[in-house]
Amino acid sequence: MSEFFNGLLKFRRGPWEMVATVLIALGVFMLMQPFALWMFTYSFVTTLVGTVMFIIVSHFPEGD
Amino acid sequence: MTQTLPDRAAQATPPKVARKIKGLSDRAIAWIFVGPTIFLLLAINIFPLIWTINLSFTNFKANRTNRAVEYIGTRNYERILTDSDIWLSMQATAHFLIWTIVFQVLIGFTLAWLINKKFRGNDLWTTIIVLPMMLSPAVVGNFWTFLYQPQIGLFNYVITFFTGGDPSGFQMLGSVDLAPWSIVIVDTWMWTPFVMLICLAGLRSIPDYIYEAAEIDRASKLRQFFTITIPMVLPFLMLAVLFRGIENFKMFDLVVQLTGGGPGSTTELASINLKREAFEKWRTGYSSAFAIILFVTVFGLASIYVKALNKVKER
Repeated sequence: MSEFFNGLLKFRRGPWEMVATVLIALGVFMLMQPFALWMFTYSFVTTLVGTVMFIIVSHFPEGD
Repeated sequence: MTQTLPDRAAQATPPKVARKIKGLSDRAIAWIFVGPTIFLLLAINIFPLIWTINLSFTNFKANRTNRAVEYIGTRNYERILTDSDIWLSMQATAHFLIWTIVFQVLIGFTLAWLINKKFRGNDLWTTIIVLPMMLSPAVVGNFWTFLYQPQIGLFNYVITFFTGGDPSGFQMLGSVDLAPWSIVIVDTWMWTPFVMLICLAGLRSIPDYIYEAAEIDRASKLRQFFTITIPMVLPFLMLAVLFRGIENFKMFDLVVQLTGGGPGSTTELASINLKREAFEKWRTGYSSAFAIILFVTVFGLASIYVKALNKVKER
């Protein structure tokens, strides 16, 4: 776990891609879930942030 | 001595043109070849995308081009993301997407596994199974509408043959509960062969010596299946899921032909809703915003999926 946070602090690709992936997956789930309208409302912002983050962080250096 | 094609091309080039080309660097020549493709890509893909993003912030209506276009900020996005009808259409899309992929992967892989066994008439069966994929969605939609007819349709007769009851006692396309499943069945019927073909390519790429080595190590058939077959077919399977996922996210023609989005709006998928907003209600700005939401969703999903696919390939 500390490795993950260290990677985030050092701007390493792996952990940041993980964060972006979780955001995209969460956004898509929020867009299509049948439970709450407020989740649907914030789904696009979540997916957009995740997608833009994914594009940016895929240019970060890999590992140590 | 025979001349090669580049030699003949060089001789056929007029001297004036040849002199001009001689003065160009390799990089410039590469750009001359790639340029038209890049231009077409920009004109057909990138420009409409940027234009759509621009329109999504306006109240533009394509049937009222004389009206002044106002920039309304993110109001279109706010309206879409608080609209319960759009929310329902996204749920219908999710139902369609998830179940078609589940069924197509399960049936497609099973068929590929069976076809991969060497038996008499193997090629004939492959051709027969692949037939639905070759048909036009309009044709498939049309004849499945007949198959689903409660009075004369074959589907109801087959179902009631096994379950008992009156064939005209239920309507696949007219029932709120059954209509979402009816489109899942038709899409599965049509596109399972595609998944099967990709899985078959994966299965045929596994060298026999791996199974022979496993046999020598006395690995059971079940063990071979889970430790050799599945891992080696997985990249192919994931590719099939990616293709079908993107394709089904924007499914339009087949469903319009079958149900037209009904009954009510139970089978109104996102793309059908989008078409209605854009070309029936002529809310171009609003529908552009909707299209951008769908685009970002598919793009985001495809990005993480391709990353997962590359990881599986690296193993």
